[in-house]
Amino acid sequence: MTDNAVAWEAVNVRGLRKVFGPRVAVENLDLSIRTGEVFGLLGPNGSGKTTTIRMLCGLMTPTAGSASVVGFDVIASPEQVRRRIGYMSQRFGLYDDLTVAENMRFYASVYGLRGDARRRRVEEQLAELGLEERAGQLAGTMSGGWKQRLALACATTHRPAMLFLDEPTAGVDPASRRLLWQWIYNLAKQGTTILVTTHYMDEAERCERLAFLSRGHLIAVGTVKEVLTHFNQPTIEDVFIELQRRDEGAIV
Amino acid sequence: MSLLPMLWKEVVQLRRDRFTLAMMVGIPAIQLVLFGYAIRTEVRHLPTVVLDQSGTPESRALVSTLRNTGNFEITGWVSNRAELADRIAGGDASAALVIPRDYMRDIKRGRTASAQMIVDAADPMASSAAMSGAARAGAARAAALAPGSRPALVEMRVRPWYNPGMRDAVYIVPGIIGVLLSLTMVLITSIAIVRERERGTLEQLIVTPIDKTSLILGKLVPFLVIGFVQMSVILVLGWVLFDVPVRGSLAVLYLLAFAFIVANLGLGLLMSTLVRSQLQAMQLGFLFLLPNILLSGFMFPRQAMPEVAQWIGAALPLTYFLTGLRGVLLKGIGLEQLWAEGMILTAFAVVLVSASVVRFSKTIE
Repeated sequence: MTDNAVAWEAVNVRGLRKVFGPRVAVENLDLSIRTGEVFGLLGPNGSGKTTTIRMLCGLMTPTAGSASVVGFDVIASPEQVRRRIGYMSQRFGLYDDLTVAENMRFYASVYGLRGDARRRRVEEQLAELGLEERAGQLAGTMSGGWKQRLALACATTHRPAMLFLDEPTAGVDPASRRLLWQWIYNLAKQGTTILVTTHYMDEAERCERLAFLSRGHLIAVGTVKEVLTHFNQPTIEDVFIELQRRDEGAIV
Repeated sequence: MSLLPMLWKEVVQLRRDRFTLAMMVGIPAIQLVLFGYAIRTEVRHLPTVVLDQSGTPESRALVSTLRNTGNFEITGWVSNRAELADRIAGGDASAALVIPRDYMRDIKRGRTASAQMIVDAADPMASSAAMSGAARAGAARAAALAPGSRPALVEMRVRPWYNPGMRDAVYIVPGIIGVLLSLTMVLITSIAIVRERERGTLEQLIVTPIDKTSLILGKLVPFLVIGFVQMSVILVLGWVLFDVPVRGSLAVLYLLAFAFIVANLGLGLLMSTLVRSQLQAMQLGFLFLLPNILLSGFMFPRQAMPEVAQWIGAALPLTYFLTGLRGVLLKGIGLEQLWAEGMILTAFAVVLVSASVVRFSKTIE
């Protein structure tokens, strides 16, 4: 990360495209996310949000186009990217048959923490996320909200420069949702860039900037105000409904 | 390298998975008892060497009569007892015909001439066929020379080697060790990666900087330990229940087993990288199991098989491990005779594990 443009940009995507057989999931996507920003990626189901995130994390190889994340090309140096990002998948991706503390310990080790440093980091995160009392509980026996707290802990154990959250609050109770967002803001305040997808409109409105995807195409980017003006709608929810209507109209 | 964390995680998970652990020790015990009390067949074309100390028309007539029974194929001639013993210990021959120097003279003088048939009875199926074939050949020669004479002019003395009691269990148990190791090792690892893929834990894991080698070896090493435990359980049970001996060195046996188990784990992991679901993995595992049981020499001697079946058998690690198992347990032979098997198993292990590391991709497509 030598030049300023790169340091200023956490994500730079040019002409990104992904096809699965005959189906185009993401088409000619250009996107730029500033370092330290809380960026919302919105769109109906199947609009290409998850595919985009997966390509940015190096989990999927783009069919065409280029993308760099925290200054590294995701195709040329995926391991450099992996070392600097955190990722929470849509589906709970931790081990049901390990306890909360064991999951955290495992992820801390995978990111290279050993011995005392690892124990301190696990304890610190248990405290930060209010997981202390559940440290010995099997992850699989917890409810959605607690699982997401654990997932956030494991995704941020190495203090990543950038965090990808794919619907972090789906199936989570309102109290846990509020807490999760508090932590997300805290991380952002410490300088972590955040890319989050969501279906909740109140969450979308908390993002500094938004991007709307529809059937693989980027159709609007900007602050909440800019997006509302662009679509000439009173709320983000109305924008969403309008988009869904257009999508369905296009199919018919 | 993230091998240690990966190992730690796998061991913690395995410890909680009591069912799998119980299966991995329980199944072999049950199978051993079931197989140990069953199984049999007919055999043709046993590789046979001849030690003809007589070197007379009469001795050559006996050899050709023996060949005509169909049970034997003369694969070579040896010039002394030591060479004969080598051929049988090394597995080049399963039987040997010894015709003594005064064979022809005895017949000329009207005395009973006796030839000796040595049979590798470590394989009772092959050896029982050999014994009856040899007896028939002896009787046929006697009848041709002097019909109806009493006592018969030619007598065939059969000496079973390695398994004088001719007990099937002694032959079957080493085979069971090989088959069960193959079955459990391949099945358990073939679901190892695909299970993480299905549960969604793989996606979270491969987004970290964990290296592929650690991931694969972390899945492999715990099962290597389980494989050794499994083998030891069967060895002890075979010894207690069926008096299966350990004539050779246990160190050699475990050394061969090391290469064999790693080869099977590698194969299972390779399968795991190829399939999309645990169900597919299981199906592929069972598909692999069939040729192992039928063509490796576990149930049926490979010499009796058509050529194509022998080729397939030659592509299975189990074939070589069985030779090693029977060699060490029943014949008491060591690495000097089994080095080829050891090398082949090691090659299987290296190739299969490397292939699974190469095949494994840190993506979710």
